[in-house]
Amino acid sequence: MRSIPTALLGALLAVPALAQGTPVHDTLTGVKARGHLVCGVSGGVAGFSMPDGQGHWHGLDVDFCRALAAAIFDDPEKVRFIPQSSAARFTALQSGEIDVLARNTTWTLSRDTAAMNFPVITFFDGQGFLVRKSLNVTQVKQLDRATICLQQGTTTELNTADWFRTRGLSYQVVTFANSEQTLGAYESGRCDAYSTDKSSLYGERLKTAHPEEHVILDEAISKEPFAPGVRQGDDAWRDLVAWTHYAMVDAEEAGIGQANVDEQRQKTLSPDVKRLLGLEGRYGRGLGLTDDWAYRIVHHVGNYGDAFSRNLGEATPLKIPRGLNALWTRGGLQYGPPIR
Amino acid sequence: MPRPTRALALQTLLALALAALAYGAFANASDKLARQGIVAGFGFLGRAAGFDISQRLIPYAAATSTYLDAFCVGLLNTLLVSGLAIVLASAIGFVVGIARLSPNWLARTLAATYVEALRNLPLLLQLLVWYVAVRVALPEARDPAAWGGAYLSQRGLVLPRPEFLGAAWLVPLAFATGLLGAFAWGRHVTRRVAAGGEPGPVLLPGLALGLGLPALASAGLALAGRPVAFAWPVPGPYGPEGGLPVLPEFAALLLGLSTYTAAFIAEIVRAGLASVARGQGEAAAALGLSRARTLRLVTIPQAMRVIVPPLTSQYLNITKNSSLAVLIGYPDLVHVVMGTVLNQTNQAVEVVGLTMAVYLTLSLGLAALMNAYNRRVAPVTR
Repeated sequence: MRSIPTALLGALLAVPALAQGTPVHDTLTGVKARGHLVCGVSGGVAGFSMPDGQGHWHGLDVDFCRALAAAIFDDPEKVRFIPQSSAARFTALQSGEIDVLARNTTWTLSRDTAAMNFPVITFFDGQGFLVRKSLNVTQVKQLDRATICLQQGTTTELNTADWFRTRGLSYQVVTFANSEQTLGAYESGRCDAYSTDKSSLYGERLKTAHPEEHVILDEAISKEPFAPGVRQGDDAWRDLVAWTHYAMVDAEEAGIGQANVDEQRQKTLSPDVKRLLGLEGRYGRGLGLTDDWAYRIVHHVGNYGDAFSRNLGEATPLKIPRGLNALWTRGGLQYGPPIR
Repeated sequence: MPRPTRALALQTLLALALAALAYGAFANASDKLARQGIVAGFGFLGRAAGFDISQRLIPYAAATSTYLDAFCVGLLNTLLVSGLAIVLASAIGFVVGIARLSPNWLARTLAATYVEALRNLPLLLQLLVWYVAVRVALPEARDPAAWGGAYLSQRGLVLPRPEFLGAAWLVPLAFATGLLGAFAWGRHVTRRVAAGGEPGPVLLPGLALGLGLPALASAGLALAGRPVAFAWPVPGPYGPEGGLPVLPEFAALLLGLSTYTAAFIAEIVRAGLASVARGQGEAAAALGLSRARTLRLVTIPQAMRVIVPPLTSQYLNITKNSSLAVLIGYPDLVHVVMGTVLNQTNQAVEVVGLTMAVYLTLSLGLAALMNAYNRRVAPVTR
């Protein structure tokens, strides 16, 4: 999603120094020398990245950066978070202002070829629909002839038009400039449904007066894979970012979480777990790290399931189901290659 | 240095500095655009738009229409709401303005209250009241209030749509003829009176022509067995469908703009009437003219020369204020072009330039029209 002022600013006023900055070819060395990681986040999406009252950052994207810092420095606090507007985010990465962009960014071909590399998908999202429970709608196609509220200037507008047209269905659209107006119109009865990324809909539902009266349909009408972004041409850094996520997924699959990682490290007999926690083999070296890199991640931040339930899961107000983000062994798409 | 030379040198320097600044801005913008891989130019207007718009006065479909079509849809929506708001605001404004000078205490006080309340609250706030507060009080879309084939709900008003197909075109044609006839009759009577002839009735024959002719045409068509067909709205799963929908965004913007600007127009009208010398009214009364006639024949014609110039600027305000549409989701030019087209294409410079050019053209055109009218109503100076 982009907004008008930022798009304008991006087009007209982009600071030349940022656009011209020479790409850093060895990000890891730079990060180690600096003593902390610089991570670009959205800064305002509940469950993904948001500072609390004390200025401490929380969210799935935030935890990903903390895991990266834990792997490098054995300290999840050695990260500086810089909120990025959607218009400025790619420039910030290219210019070297940030080391990694963890900002619920959808991985698309044009972004991959033009702007950056996407090492790994950390969250599988899609465009969803929020409707009133009283409508008794369970599938998107039942919204034929309904009125739908959308935020304008987003891919949501295009996806919705395509989806309904290709199925021979019709709908009435009402678009608004920002999400507050869109939600307000939906809530006051102007529309039957409100559509945007599913991960955002859970937060939007919480803002309504009676969240229990609204339901988010299971179906998604588009693919929105969120991936961290790194600069092109730095393969070692790309590997490290990808394997930080894979280590968290592999740990969850092996049943190693923040709660039991120290105990398991003492008494495990499984060779898979031993390799993961750096007790066997020398797998950290290839990444430019110590061999206990994955242990540090799980010890400080937890596995993927820990991070998910802490920020998005049933225990949080958002209550986002794992869905596509469940492990592959449980019908989801999260799959980590073997560490060996 | 002699004074003229110094002045010339200073002015040359200033002109050079301005030119350098303009060139710098231009070069900077083209450089940044090139670096972001954005192709400058208006070629993007021919590409498929791919998004839907809630109110369309011309055929428009996401799949087949271009950005240029979307631009036209937005422009027509701006023209529609501005044009109707100008008519409505003038009507309300004239009535309220005249009422402010009425000898009737109640009319005078009501008019004063209207002006002071609406003129002194921000337009944005009034639009939100019309759009949010008024709409929420209406029935839900799936349980609309029905009246004579029309439905009213939170989704707006749905009216039966007359379908002027084939011979039914006679009805709008009769209406236009009636209007022209009424105007011609009015001018005829005015000329006759100016030439010393007898005054005659104007309002009744005018109404008879304007409303009678289309009524006669529809009756004739019905008798001939080919009555004007109506597309009736029907209840659908999510509310009334078909017919002629009046969107709540449109209604809120039209009502908000009209009632707000009418308060200013009322003050302009009052000032205009007050500017006419007292003796004019007294002389008319001495001749035995009624108050209504005095207003229509003596006071208002003389007041117009004071009213028209500030009225022009109120009309320009309506046109420009219509862009507040973005706050309540009415798809006017700014909403469609600056909101969606700009974000989908990233052609910020072209889109903003185009929008500014449109508003400039509209405003200058309207001002030219009003100036021409002003020259006509201005008194012959001696």
